[in-house]
Amino acid sequence: MHGRPRQPPQAEDAASASKASNLRELQSKLLHNHHQRIYSQEAIDASSKLLDINPEILTAWNYRKLAFQHNLQEASDPPHFKSLVNDELRVVEMALRRNPKSYGAWYHRKWVLSQGLLEVDFDREFYLLDQLLKVDARNFHGWSYRRFVAKMKDVSEVEELKFTMDMIDSNFSNYSAWHNRSALLSHLLSKKAHGFDEREKILAEEYDLVRQALFTDPSDQSGWFYHLWLLDQTVTPDEVLLISSWPFDGSNWCITVDEDKVHCKVSQLPCSSYYFLNSGKLPIVLYFNQPVKGVHSSSVIVNSVFVKNEDLIWRPVTPTKSEQAACWVVYIGIPDFQKIDTKVYAVEINIGHSKDIISSNGSVFSHPLQFRFNLSFNSISLEHAEVESIDELFVWNDSGSSVAEHCGFFPFNRVNASEDHTLKSSKWNLETISYEIDLFKELEENCKFVKLTLARLFLAQDAMMSYKTCSLIHSRDVLRLFDDLIRLDPMHAGYYEDERSIVVVNQVTSDEQSLMSQNSHSSNYFSSKLPLNGCIQLTNLSLTRIGSVDRLLWVQVLDLSHNKLHSLAGIEALQLLTCLNLRNNQINSLTALEPLKLLSFLRVLDLSFNKIGAHPVDTTRYLCHSPLSHSIFGAKKCIEDYLEANINVTDHWEAILLFRELRLKQLEVKGNVVADENFRDLFAKVASHADLA
Amino acid sequence: MGDLEVHKHVQYIISVEKKKESFEALVMEHLRMNGAYWGLTTLDLLQNITAVDQEEVISWVMSCWDQDSGGFTGTVGHDPHVHYTLSAVQILALFDRLDILDKDKVSSYIARLQNEDGSFSGDIWGEIDTRFSYCAICCLSILHCLDKINVEKAVNYIVSCKNLDGGFGCTAGGESHAGQIFCCVGALSIAGALHHVDRDLLGWWLCERQCKDGGLNGRPEKLADVCYSWWVLSSLVMIDRVHWIDKTKLAMYILSCQDRENGGISDRPDNAVDVFHTYFGVAGLSLMEYPGLKSIDPAFALPVDVVNRIFFKKP
Repeated sequence: MHGRPRQPPQAEDAASASKASNLRELQSKLLHNHHQRIYSQEAIDASSKLLDINPEILTAWNYRKLAFQHNLQEASDPPHFKSLVNDELRVVEMALRRNPKSYGAWYHRKWVLSQGLLEVDFDREFYLLDQLLKVDARNFHGWSYRRFVAKMKDVSEVEELKFTMDMIDSNFSNYSAWHNRSALLSHLLSKKAHGFDEREKILAEEYDLVRQALFTDPSDQSGWFYHLWLLDQTVTPDEVLLISSWPFDGSNWCITVDEDKVHCKVSQLPCSSYYFLNSGKLPIVLYFNQPVKGVHSSSVIVNSVFVKNEDLIWRPVTPTKSEQAACWVVYIGIPDFQKIDTKVYAVEINIGHSKDIISSNGSVFSHPLQFRFNLSFNSISLEHAEVESIDELFVWNDSGSSVAEHCGFFPFNRVNASEDHTLKSSKWNLETISYEIDLFKELEENCKFVKLTLARLFLAQDAMMSYKTCSLIHSRDVLRLFDDLIRLDPMHAGYYEDERSIVVVNQVTSDEQSLMSQNSHSSNYFSSKLPLNGCIQLTNLSLTRIGSVDRLLWVQVLDLSHNKLHSLAGIEALQLLTCLNLRNNQINSLTALEPLKLLSFLRVLDLSFNKIGAHPVDTTRYLCHSPLSHSIFGAKKCIEDYLEANINVTDHWEAILLFRELRLKQLEVKGNVVADENFRDLFAKVASHADLA
Repeated sequence: MGDLEVHKHVQYIISVEKKKESFEALVMEHLRMNGAYWGLTTLDLLQNITAVDQEEVISWVMSCWDQDSGGFTGTVGHDPHVHYTLSAVQILALFDRLDILDKDKVSSYIARLQNEDGSFSGDIWGEIDTRFSYCAICCLSILHCLDKINVEKAVNYIVSCKNLDGGFGCTAGGESHAGQIFCCVGALSIAGALHHVDRDLLGWWLCERQCKDGGLNGRPEKLADVCYSWWVLSSLVMIDRVHWIDKTKLAMYILSCQDRENGGISDRPDNAVDVFHTYFGVAGLSLMEYPGLKSIDPAFALPVDVVNRIFFKKP
């Protein structure tokens, strides 16, 4: 019931009582005729009367379809067909006058015409549509019916595109028309239809068109969404590029394996600190500029004496069931140390000689490249104490000051893979973005859409300038715009803060200098027995989420404490991560930790002083693997086992499904609502190998 | 602004059930099963489901079961449809009485509605819509029978209805609409396929549904309406972007649409109330953790404790 004013309750008057009894009688008649299969003219007329009062009764439309089929069998000649069809079309028109959004009525019309009994009178159909869209140009049933009729008549997409133009011309504020236009145009462009093969020319015309709308009424949303789509068409990279990797090109590593080969350390030469990989496996991580599929042992060839390339299984690093990811990993088993001499062994990675690496929009990784790193093996086995140090309590320095252990190594000489191949954004794309920037700079100061679009344009321009240099010319301008937006449009402050966070991380990680300003030298960052490599601290930055993970693939110890982190999406790319500090953030639920399940080296996790358990509504409930999302994998048996053991699975399934997969040695949860005695008991049962602080 | 009139809304819902003979009630009679689901879920969220006679409800629901097809009808004597079937199953789940169903027959009814391209028809007459994909997937999941359909094809069909603004329409090419987005995002959630959703793009489109008055609309440049407090909000929750809107303002908007005299919630302030909007208003408040309400699950549209019982209870 929409748009009807509230009336004080009143006694049924005679008029409405008689209306009700009339309706009751028509409904009973319908059901009687339907059940008895009575399809006489009188019975059909009664159903028309009923649908005139209430076009929503599906059973009445079903009855008419049955009656139509029945009477069609009896009909002998075309004029009779015609009158049967016309009766149905008339009832639909009558119903649509009552309710132009009646699903049942619209479908009945489609059904009747789809029977293919008569040649469809398209003039009549288009006239009906014109009348309807005149009354309500946003009626999505009407637009959907128009697509149906156009398809039936085989109207060309170009002609339909013209129709959207007419509708937009008569009123810029018609989102339905803009929507249809974007869908049609996108299809015409992708199949390079006649007249649509010059993509840049077409897009330029669309920019002109939408500008008129935006300048006419900058507060109307319709044009802005179209503009966002155009911007996306202009900046989305066509090419698939590898933007970072670990290990990076030209690096030298020394592997020391202890006697029972449970642990190995991997140090970068000539630096003395090392990566401590307790699984005995060395990851190779690739990060592309967009999600891709098709990374496997034929599209990425790893040449080394240790493993047969064919045996390697590349995995997409994503917490979802997707077969696409920007980040891919393969693990190489550290070979039997006894049989290895002190030579230096090269590992060479060749990418893209087959055309299998493909992005979601169908772009192929087509610039084959190669990179290599060297491995040598230390003949002295690890000192026992050193090896065991991961089992000792790991203490984060939480003085609040900005401190970090810097191991003399920041991989800003990243592989870069795409070194010789900076993104060749065409001149047109860059010019278009620059032109738009100049234009919107002049437009009204206090319109939120103008500011947001400017921020997006700046970011797009920075991204297009270069992938390699990470140069951020505009990050200050963008941060200022987001600050303005938070003030101007506080209802959507959460959105602007999230966007802002990405820019902040981007800025902080953009070069060694800015990262170092976050991380000053200090020796007391954590317990000194663990000279782990790759430690960084991104604290007190008001981050609500993280980004730029492609620049952090080398990080093993990450301090994100004292932010406003709500989501960890993306962190799964940090495959080397061993210790993670999330103290004093805004993590709301255990399911938000899903990405951590993909970090096989993660041993130390500090979750203290978050909001876990404080909110009954879990916003990541469907972003994790669970029986609720039909993506339980091997967990079904596990759930049954816990039920058998009389563990309260209903209240604790999130904790069970998380901690059975994390291989933590140390967890801190104090300062969270969830951290009660029950949780401790449960944790002890599910993750018996770990310490809970 | 004032608080949620819990007691008045409970009275209102019960009174609607009793006024079967009025013209308004008759106009809604064909979808009484949906109405019962809206009303009963609201009562449960308001912690008052015991206000109805459970046995009476269940026997009425079962009287709407069409044994021949295996589906449920909107009310006695009408034709079965996937939407009514979902509501019936949801009602039985509320009362923890799924055991009385012939699960095999009900799930077969739904599975038969899947088409070759993965889409679902609403009934034997073949209307196709992503709303029906949601009804089918949600219902089969509650019955633990998702393996009766081709889930991958069902997901692919929904993905084919995704638009360039990140939203979803009724069929391929259809304009994005918040109600339809709920259906598609809900179905993808239950099918574990949310990776097909561009969460930032859709999240921005959805958060821009919040109007200056605090209420949510269903499409750009439309008026706010309480029903979108459910369609938009639940979608934002499922994709973890609900912090992109101003929840306090939305809660105030919903509360301002209450009929404080006679109970019930309307689409906009001072309009006529109905069960549909009463449910969506209360469900929206529940998603915003309004005190005293049970939490509702954003995908199954049932209280969280009911959903957890379905999936984690000892058989």
